[in-house]
Amino acid sequence: MQTLSLTGGFRDAPKDAAFAFRAVMNAMAKPGEINRVTGAEPPAGLSIAAGVVLLTLCDPETPLYLAPGFDRPEVRDWITFHTGAPFAPANAAHFALGAWDDLPRGDFPLGTAAYPDRSATLIVEVDDLRSDGATLSGPGIKDSAALSLPDRMAFQQNAALFPRGLDFIFTCGDRLAALPRSTKVS
Amino acid sequence: MNPAMTQSDQDRHEERGMNDYNFAYLDEQTKRMIRRAILKGLAIPGYQVPFASREMPMPYGWGTGGVQVSAAVLTPEDTFKVIDQGADDTTNAVSIRRFFQKTAGVAVTEATTEASVIQTRHRIPEAALREDQVLVYQVPIPEPLRFLEPSEVETRKMHELEEYGLMHVKLYEDIAQHGAIATAYAYPVKVEGRYVMDPSPIPKFDNPKLEMAAIQLFGAGREQRIYALPPYTQVVSLDFEDYPFEASKADHPCGLCGAEDSYLDELIVDDAGGRLFMCSDTDYCAARQAAGHRGADAAPVLEGMA
Repeated sequence: MQTLSLTGGFRDAPKDAAFAFRAVMNAMAKPGEINRVTGAEPPAGLSIAAGVVLLTLCDPETPLYLAPGFDRPEVRDWITFHTGAPFAPANAAHFALGAWDDLPRGDFPLGTAAYPDRSATLIVEVDDLRSDGATLSGPGIKDSAALSLPDRMAFQQNAALFPRGLDFIFTCGDRLAALPRSTKVS
Repeated sequence: MNPAMTQSDQDRHEERGMNDYNFAYLDEQTKRMIRRAILKGLAIPGYQVPFASREMPMPYGWGTGGVQVSAAVLTPEDTFKVIDQGADDTTNAVSIRRFFQKTAGVAVTEATTEASVIQTRHRIPEAALREDQVLVYQVPIPEPLRFLEPSEVETRKMHELEEYGLMHVKLYEDIAQHGAIATAYAYPVKVEGRYVMDPSPIPKFDNPKLEMAAIQLFGAGREQRIYALPPYTQVVSLDFEDYPFEASKADHPCGLCGAEDSYLDELIVDDAGGRLFMCSDTDYCAARQAAGHRGADAAPVLEGMA
């Protein structure tokens, strides 16, 4: 393990994580709303926002799937040192990290009809995150919202599975937005 | 105080104060577990997410679920308010407010408009909440079907199959026996046309307010469930076409502030059956009185007193 993987975590974990979670919670409660986060300095290639989400939500209880593009030793070492999350194949993952085209989206747990919460949350690194593009409606959205999504059909199919389905957190630089399964995309 | 402690030891001890606890009391791994449950709850509005509820330094029934949710949500910059049946000054509300003052160092307030996180037992504040506010409910029994079907295996299956006929039978029996739906609190709602949810024992007067701009989080400590309503989520109180839902309250104005639109508590004030109706929301009532509104039973304003 290189010493670089030992740095870049939260400086004051309880408080940094509290602010970060509040931003993630706002994003999940208000689909399409873009929130800024700080506190993580993950290895090159990983956005600050993705690093913050990993530090805030992952720990030894949450198997994590790394898409091939992120499955590098320095990323693995950083995640292992700072979160302790075990790495897992897609079908056993609670969380996943990757670029949109890099994620085997059909393989993740969708939850069961009795326990729809037992589904994966996908952290999707995107090059661009703007409040335009696809139109969103549903819980958390007053009339409608807009968000630049990497796809539309995939999210419509995901929403059709409700209450089962995947939840998405899009990360770009120090910003993030979320799209839960409850959101209708058009 | 420990007699062996010197004065400077004691000063240092008091300075440390909240540093003796992790921020907001719970350890980080517990908070992460609760936070993950909150996110799944927000993604599936009205669905009860199981979580590994912890022992808290207060007994079950005193808001351990709400306290754990608040601990997972609070940031050092929050302003925290706690109400118990609308009141900021009851034992339960005061002790929870002080708990987070001590363990999280957060600012506290009794003013609804100044609070960013509000923990509540059995009421929704009268003032409309904003998008930047979070309302955390203390929930005793999260399962709306529990008193109709004691088995968790069965109720889970009923939610899975969207089989809510039993709840309508219960409301129907109310009408058959009492001539109206007699359920006055914890009135069941349907969320986004999917999950039937217990809004916690709020009076049904508060049910229409469940569709609001703020994020609503529900925590049941003993029963180990968390559920949530994102802002503007569709929440419909169950009813029948010929017996529509009606948000009811005592048919009086508030005796202290004269409000006609607020939920009222009834107080017996003497041995002769005298009674006083007053706002259950103490902040709402106090703010109205401060603005000069007077009810019929308010203390007279003395000459020369501001």
